Amino acid sequence: MKIAVCAKVVPEQARRIDPETKRLDRSGEPTLNPFDANAVEEALRLKGDDPGAEVVLVSLGPERSLDALRKALAMGADRVVLVSDEAAAGSDLVASSYALAQALEREQSELVLFGQQANDSDGAVMWAAVADRLRRPLISQVAELTVSGGTLRGKRQTEFGYDVIEAPLPAVVAVSDAINEPRYPSLKGIMGAKKKPQETVSLAALGVEEDRAGESGSRTEVYAVGDPPPRGETQKIEDDGSGAEKIVEFLLERKAL
Amino acid sequence: MPTLVFLEHHDRELQKDSLGVLGKAAELEGDVSALIAGSAVEGLAAQAGRFGAAKVFIAEDRALEAPLPQPRVDVAADLVRSHGFDTVLFGATVLTADVAAGLAARLDAGLNWDLVDLMQENGKLVGTRPALDDTVYVDVGWKGEPRLALIRTGTFEPVESGGEAEVERVDVQLEDFSTLATMLEQAHEESEGPSIEDADVIVAGGRGLGGPENFALVEELAKALGGAVAATRAVVDAGWYPYSTQVGQTGKTVSPRLYVAVGISGAIQHKVGMQGSNVIVAINKDPNAPIFEYADLGVVGDLHEIVPKLTELVNVKNAAHFPRD
Ligand SMILES: Cc1cc2nc3c(=O)[nH]c(=O)nc-3n(C[C@H](O)[C@H](O)[C@H](O)COP(=O)(O)OP(=O)(O)OC[C@H]3O[C@@H](n4cnc5c(N)ncnc54)[C@H](O)[C@@H]3O)c2cc1C
Ligand SMILES: Nc1ncnc2c1ncn2[C@@H]1O[C@H](COP(=O)(O)O)[C@@H](O)[C@H]1O
Repeated sequence: MKIAVCAKVVPEQARRIDPETKRLDRSGEPTLNPFDANAVEEALRLKGDDPGAEVVLVSLGPERSLDALRKALAMGADRVVLVSDEAAAGSDLVASSYALAQALEREQSELVLFGQQANDSDGAVMWAAVADRLRRPLISQVAELTVSGGTLRGKRQTEFGYDVIEAPLPAVVAVSDAINEPRYPSLKGIMGAKKKPQETVSLAALGVEEDRAGESGSRTEVYAVGDPPPRGETQKIEDDGSGAEKIVEFLLERKAL
Repeated sequence: MPTLVFLEHHDRELQKDSLGVLGKAAELEGDVSALIAGSAVEGLAAQAGRFGAAKVFIAEDRALEAPLPQPRVDVAADLVRSHGFDTVLFGATVLTADVAAGLAARLDAGLNWDLVDLMQENGKLVGTRPALDDTVYVDVGWKGEPRLALIRTGTFEPVESGGEAEVERVDVQLEDFSTLATMLEQAHEESEGPSIEDADVIVAGGRGLGGPENFALVEELAKALGGAVAATRAVVDAGWYPYSTQVGQTGKTVSPRLYVAVGISGAIQHKVGMQGSNVIVAINKDPNAPIFEYADLGVVGDLHEIVPKLTELVNVKNAAHFPRD
């Protein structure tokens, strides 16, 4: 079975706004979106030791993403297709899903896997847009996945409990972060990763017209970035052995004990 | 701004978040339509009318019986095209997120998610989206129409206006790929286990506990504090703890006097279920864990060190307050 895994590269510590400068903390290295490691792991599990199976990473992002994507190659994925183009900068869901779908059409994999959410956008929606473009059945939020005889079965949690959904291949599946424990790359894996095929493709090569990419292809915009509403004081301390005592003191002070 | 609100239902009831979004749309616009898709759902139209819908579109088909997203994208896309809705709103759930994103692709329309407010500014629709673990609030908008939005769980309260809706049945046309996914077992609730909704004190455990056996640490602390034990989705899905104890978007919403989060990263989907707690204490070894953004007291350290000590100290305090003589 050929499996494509959609994996995003995100800045490691871009989850913080510096409270003084109000700017995004970009000091972190680009890193594989941690939720996508679950998708890579699931792909490797499904591939098993079938020599005919292949796991291809498909990513949309800047050229420098290749270093971080190599982590997934070191885990065991077979190759990378990175859609990288200046014109793709600033793409929203509509534009990104179109570029990803075009790259996935080229691969024609039987299964397309997604992670639970991109650590920087927290959308948890990309798969549904891509599945619609690919015209393939979708199962999202999957915490348990089985494949047998061309049929997928996924168990997932909703607001009301657990659903079990079935779909024929080819299909699109988004996995939850509870589905597995991603492996650590072995030293051999890390050494071998550099030699695996890593292809960078432009939007033009995928037939994506300029007006369907980047800001011109996007349908949402950001007007202003502001502070959250004021909240109570938050206090953070390092445990130096007295953490438990400090919690008790705090609870007594707040009359919570 | 002809607006369509997608209404989710479960067990023959419209969902509270959907009705809350409907009320907000009616406040912004006045003339609001709603879509209810399912099988034998016409009876729900009256309730939609009472909560703000001027018109209700009923889409009934066997393929819409199970709450799967793809056939709902077909129905919503047809309705938006035929009636020229320029705004489509959803209360965010596992189902509606997939419907909204599928619809965005189908109509090449902008989708803004996780909104906590929506307003008209000089004739322009503007949404408020908390980002980066809610450390910033971003004003977002749309280029072109239709404008699609997912509203964060628990944002708008339903408002009963007592109106009556005009009802129209829609012709359901489905794409071939939309009915390929099928529901084998629906919303099977694994409900055995304790109830946490009324607890005054909650000690919640996450994946940082490392395994189900370590929930004993959390249970002992909860016992000392006279509280209940809760869990994150990650540990519930892994089978470490029952679904009935899960806090968050797809679990329970709780607001105890004290919430102690142990080995929990503090994802937004967890936060929406517990941010109403009076006092929040977090123990996590990662100083960058998002939970520290909203805990009243955060302790950066190893739960295996801190929790047993804390339990012991609380037990000592309890003994001093209630001497056994
Ligand atoms: C649509 C949707 C709905 C969702 N609904 C919910 C929901 O209802 N409820 C919910 O909880 N989640 C929900 N989630 C999942 C959510 O996004 C997170 O994936 C989940 O909350 C993470 O659980 P966790 O904090 O236990 O695990 P992790 O994110 O893995 O966090 C574990 C934490 O433990 C810390 N840790 C590890 N070892 C130690 C140690 N020895 N001492 C101290 N700290 C340690 C780590 O630093 C880490 O921060 C939902 C997601 C989606 C997309
Ligand atoms: N730029 C991208 N390149 C590849 N995959 C992506 C990209 N953005 C999102 N994804 C995939 O879509 C999932 C959900 O992303 P999001 O909807 O942005 O939270 C991620 O876990 C990835 O699997």
